[in-house]
Amino acid sequence: MDTDRFTQVSDTTWRIEPQGKMRVPAIIYADEGLIHAMDDKVYIQASNVACLPGIVGASYAMPDAHWGYGFPIGGVAAFDPEDGVVSAGGVGFDISCGVRTLHTGLQRKHIDAVKNRLADALYHTIPAGLGSTGHIHLNDKQMDEMLSGGAQWAVDKGYGEPRDLERIEEQGRMPLARPLEVSQHAKKRQRDEMGTLGSGNHYLELQEVIEIYDPGTAVMFGVNTGDIVVSIHCGSRGLGHQIGTEFLRSMALSASEYGIELPDRELACAPIQSTLGKRYLGAMRAAINCALANRQIITHLTRQVFAEILPEAQLDLLYDVSHNTCKLEEHIVNDKARQLYVHRKGATRAFGPGHTDLPKALQKIGQPVLIGGSMGTASYILAGNEQNEALSFASACHGAGRSMSRRKAYKTWYGRQIIDELAERGIIIRSPSSRGVAEEAPGAYKNVAAVVAATERAGLARKVARLRPMVCIKG
Amino acid sequence: MKHPVPTAGWEHFAHVADMGVRGFGHTMAEAFEQAAIALTAVITDPACVRADASIEVTCDAANAELLFTDWLNALIYEMAVRKMLFSKFDVDIKDSKLKATAWGEQIDQQRHTPSVEAKGATFTELKVKQQENGIWMAQCVIDV
Repeated sequence: MDTDRFTQVSDTTWRIEPQGKMRVPAIIYADEGLIHAMDDKVYIQASNVACLPGIVGASYAMPDAHWGYGFPIGGVAAFDPEDGVVSAGGVGFDISCGVRTLHTGLQRKHIDAVKNRLADALYHTIPAGLGSTGHIHLNDKQMDEMLSGGAQWAVDKGYGEPRDLERIEEQGRMPLARPLEVSQHAKKRQRDEMGTLGSGNHYLELQEVIEIYDPGTAVMFGVNTGDIVVSIHCGSRGLGHQIGTEFLRSMALSASEYGIELPDRELACAPIQSTLGKRYLGAMRAAINCALANRQIITHLTRQVFAEILPEAQLDLLYDVSHNTCKLEEHIVNDKARQLYVHRKGATRAFGPGHTDLPKALQKIGQPVLIGGSMGTASYILAGNEQNEALSFASACHGAGRSMSRRKAYKTWYGRQIIDELAERGIIIRSPSSRGVAEEAPGAYKNVAAVVAATERAGLARKVARLRPMVCIKG
Repeated sequence: MKHPVPTAGWEHFAHVADMGVRGFGHTMAEAFEQAAIALTAVITDPACVRADASIEVTCDAANAELLFTDWLNALIYEMAVRKMLFSKFDVDIKDSKLKATAWGEQIDQQRHTPSVEAKGATFTELKVKQQENGIWMAQCVIDV
């Protein structure tokens, strides 16, 4: 996009001054290369978000921002609990889609000989792709328990270890979830999908730590060069999609009743204090629990595979982050502590050192921020910085972000060709869909290294480690 | 010069993260049918989907655009809960009400190799209108 319309605050901070109906400025974090390549729609959408009632501070976009629905993907916005709104579009369809990374306690030398066996076993054990069903089928009562309990429910049912919970946002259970606000349609859509990976950009990867940038933090995170880790990227599955669909519709229809002028229908929102706003928050929190339970079950399945093939492995959770959420958090604004509803759409919470929500072991160093790659490209582990609270309500980027549409990617590459090219580089792909692989080709994504570098230079998070994919189970 | 007779059909249009679906038809209902084929084509080649079994879908919405997203979202829901794909559609629209039959079959991962899962039909680029040439067009972006 054209940078003439911005006030350039620093080499990675671009400010759109309030104009028209904007109540606050919009701020995009990106270096010169990223901002020039960024979709013009990010400018429009970040400005539109700045028009919503009760927005506090600024409407932010992370360095991986691209055209989304109402909010840009990579958008962050906080709202006052009394005057503000909650937006189903600002959370998105895949509620609480996120990444968790597990240590294995193993090094590459332990993996090389059994890499193919591991890939096959993971692919056969963890349901992936459209039409796949999970091993767990919940009745109505169990469904409600899961939606209230999240990963804590999963651990209680034997999927995982109690020690996992302190390494998950909200200790694995989003409070104030209201399963009653989740429609029967949404529950039905989830009935057979617990413990499934999904499709599209969702994956499970075996990765090798190949570079450490911040040795002090890396030690505290327990990662070292040569370590093998497992990263899981997926969300709240059909349940979250259905909740997003239903509330987006309700909010779009009722906005005018609440006197909200929507610059874009997709910004559909409702006052936080309204009945609809409260109903959405209850349902959305239940979907967060669904996503946390889902990643917990997949973790359990992954542990079962390792126990069979590499029994010496110890799969401890490094951390679990969510990307598409709206959460009530305390932030300092103009030297005053305020409770705010923070929307992150394709952005990661990145609490800095000292935050009370972090587990004791991470208190002094900040939250692990897990940045997913794209099959052939690196993933990164970052750590939240203290100053990011003032910069972005303690948020950072979430991935590389696409640079090419699926349609163009499918016309550009064959899935088989991508799988063969990656195999030559030692990366094993297992997927039910070669077209899916073509659409997710590494070349269809932005340069994740540039996104991470800009995130660090902007002060949002600091680089800790870089990971290289070895095995990718693609939905 | 004689202009070609416009025909019904469908196409995809680009959205950087997701996929746009667009249907054309001589009536709004036909444009909706074609857009539904485009929706299946986001996932797999519709020609590979056998029309073995049928389901009924009804929708009711305040305006044509909302009726369109409701229609596609109803299909997305049916695909998800029945684990089916659809390739043939018969849509009837009267006032604000839609009644339709969709024909398809169970998803077969080997044969259909579905590339993505449709999460929802969005309001992004949502348009339903009769064009100057008389042909109806219905489109929106699908979150995948």
